[in-house]
Amino acid sequence: MTWATREIAGWGRVLRAEAALARPERQRTARALAENAPVPALGRRRSYGDACLADRAMLTERLDRVLAFDPETGTLEAEGGVMLGDLAARLAPQGWLPPVMPGTGFATVGGAIAMDVHGKNHHHAGAFCAHVERLTLATPAGPVEVTPDDPLFALTAGGLGQTGPILKATIRLARVRGDVMMVTERRMADLDTFCDALDASDAPYTVGWIDATATGPALGRGILEEGEVAKGLVPPAKRGRTVPLDAPGFALSAPVVRTFNAAYLRRVPARGRTVVRPIADYFFPLDKIHDWNRLYGKHGFHQFQCVVPTDARGALRAMLERIGTAGLASPLAVLKRLGPGAGHPMSFPVDGYTLAVDLPARDGADRLLAALNAATAEAGGRVYLAKDSSLTAEQAHAMYPGRATWAEAVNARDPERAYETALVRRLRLREPA
Amino acid sequence: MSGPERASSSARGETWLVLGASSAMARALARALADEGAALILAGRDDDDLAALAADCRFRGAAAAEAMRWDARDPATIAPLVERLERAEGTANAAVFAGSMPPQAEIDADPALIAGVAADSFTGPAQVLSRVAPLIEARGAGTIVGVASVAGDRGRVGNYVYGAAKAAFATYLSGLRNRLTRSGGHVVTVKPGFVDTAMTWGLPGMFLVAPPEAVAASILKAVRRQRNVIYTPFFWRYIMMIIRAVPEPIFKKLSI
Repeated sequence: MTWATREIAGWGRVLRAEAALARPERQRTARALAENAPVPALGRRRSYGDACLADRAMLTERLDRVLAFDPETGTLEAEGGVMLGDLAARLAPQGWLPPVMPGTGFATVGGAIAMDVHGKNHHHAGAFCAHVERLTLATPAGPVEVTPDDPLFALTAGGLGQTGPILKATIRLARVRGDVMMVTERRMADLDTFCDALDASDAPYTVGWIDATATGPALGRGILEEGEVAKGLVPPAKRGRTVPLDAPGFALSAPVVRTFNAAYLRRVPARGRTVVRPIADYFFPLDKIHDWNRLYGKHGFHQFQCVVPTDARGALRAMLERIGTAGLASPLAVLKRLGPGAGHPMSFPVDGYTLAVDLPARDGADRLLAALNAATAEAGGRVYLAKDSSLTAEQAHAMYPGRATWAEAVNARDPERAYETALVRRLRLREPA
Repeated sequence: MSGPERASSSARGETWLVLGASSAMARALARALADEGAALILAGRDDDDLAALAADCRFRGAAAAEAMRWDARDPATIAPLVERLERAEGTANAAVFAGSMPPQAEIDADPALIAGVAADSFTGPAQVLSRVAPLIEARGAGTIVGVASVAGDRGRVGNYVYGAAKAAFATYLSGLRNRLTRSGGHVVTVKPGFVDTAMTWGLPGMFLVAPPEAVAASILKAVRRQRNVIYTPFFWRYIMMIIRAVPEPIFKKLSI
C-alpha cells in the first residue's frame, strides 16, 4: 500500500494533524511518488510547531543511506532521510563531522536543508546550506539536480520543503581532530555580561544556557559554554532512556523550574571549569532521553526562538523580563550569537543574538508568545519558522522581506501548491504580494 | 539513531550473499553485518537501490560490498553470483529474503501467476542455495539463512499460494540443514510475523508489527547461536502453535 493514515504532531505536541503518509524505501519509489502524487516530504518531525504537518506527505525515514563518502576530501553524499546524529557518530572517529549540527541529532539532511539549520558554530561556519555542494529534488518532471549557483538553490535553502522533496544531497564535512569535546563553562552574571562574552568568544562552538526564571539584577544570568573538538578518551555517551508516559503538570511547574535552574547554575563553580564530554552529549544533550517532549505533559509545549540585531539588547532584556515574570518558563532557554545570514529569502539565521525558550502550553502561554512575537517584530528581528506555532501571517511576512518574491518563484514551479505544509498555510507564506 | 557503539568485528572474515537485498529486512540485516565488518554481495533486480545499499554498507564498515544482478525467474543470473561467492575469502554464507505476494484475488483471476510466486519464493532461491551448498561443504563452514513465513505454517484463504511457496521453501531449508550439518554448515529458517515494510505499510489488520532492525538483530543472534527455526518476533511461535492446533474441520470454516 502507498498510503497509511497516522496522527502526527510537531515536536512540541501542541499542533497535530491526521495525515495520509507514504513511506518510500527506495529512490525509485520516491521518484515515482513525486511524479504521480506530489506531496511535501517529512523527516523525523523535530520541528516544534506545524512546519512538519500536512494532510498528505512523504516520509523520508527509510531513505536513509550514505551514498558516497570520500575520507580524503570529506565530501559525503547522503539520502534525504539520513540523520545528522548518525553521521556524527560514524564520522567523528574518522576525523570528520557534519559541518553544522542543530540541537538534535534526529534532524535529517533534508530537514537541515529545508530549515537551513544553524548550530553552535554559526558565527564561524554559517548555516547548513553553506556546506551543501549539490542536492537533488524530486519533482513531477523527474529528479532535478541543483547546485548553489542555481536560483533554485536559494529557494530551497530554508525553503520549508516548498520546492519538493530532497532525495539526496552532497555536503562538505568539517575536519576535526578527535571525537570528544573540550568544553569550558563559565557563569554569566547578567545579560550584558552574557552578550559581551558571546561577542568576544572566538571558540569554534559557543552556546549559552540562560536562566529564564531570573529577574531583577540577575536577569539574563546563565552559563556560557565554549567548546572545541579534541582528542581524548571519555566513556561513550549513554543513550536510549525513554520517557514512558506524559509527565504530570507539576513536573515542570514554576517553583520546580526555579529551583532546578538555580541548582543548574551553581553546578558550574564561580571561577568556571573545563570538562571533556562525548561529542553526542555536547551537541545533542537531550537526545539521550527519547521522547523528552513528553516531560511537558499531555498538553505539550511551544518553543519560541527569535533573532534580534546586535544593537537590540534592550529588546532581549524586555523579552526576558516578560518570560521571567510570566511563571511559565522551562529549564530550557538558550542564548547564542549568530553570524551574518546567507541571503536565502526564507533562511532564518541573520546577524544578531538568538534566544530560544520552551514554554509549556498552559494558561498564559498564548499571551506571552504574542507579546514575544510582537517584541521581536518591533526590534527588527525574526522568528524561526521551524519552531513557530504562534506568529500571525502579517508578522511572518514582515520578518521575511524576501518572502513575496520567493512565493512567486515557488508558486511558478508548483502552481497547485502540492507542497504546502500546515505552517505554510497558516502563515500564508505562498500568498502573492 | 543507531551509532556504531555495538560495532565489533565478529563478522570479519565472513562473506554474505544476500538474495532479494532491496527488501527492508534484507537491508537491515546487510547493515547489521556491515557494522560487524562482513563482506557483502547484494543481489536483486533494482540495480540503483542495490548500489545505494552497497555504498551505505561500505560506509558502515563492511569489508567490501557490491551489488549484483539476480532475478529469481532468470536462471542465467545464478552462476555469476556463485562464482563471485566462490572467489571470496573466508566463510561463504547466504541469506534469502526473496519472495512475492500478489493479492490472492489476482491469482484466482489469473492462475498463471502461481508459477511466478513459486519461482520468487521457492524455486529461484533454492536453485541458488543448491549451488552454494557445495561451497559450504568444501570449506566445512558457512551458514544459510532462509526467510520463510508464518503464512507457510497453514494454508489460509487470504494467501495460500504465497503460503504454499513459503512452506515448500521451509521444507527445502529443513532438508538442506539435514544435508549441511554433516559437513559443518548450518541453516537457519526464519519465520517472520508482521514486519514494518513497504509490503505491510498501510495494510489494514496489522498488529504487533516489528521493525526490520529488530528482525535483523534476531536473525543475527540465531546465526551466532546456530538456531534451527526461529519465529520473529518470538511470540509468533506461540501464535502459530495455536493456529496449527485448530482441527481442520473447524479451521476450514475460519477466515483468519
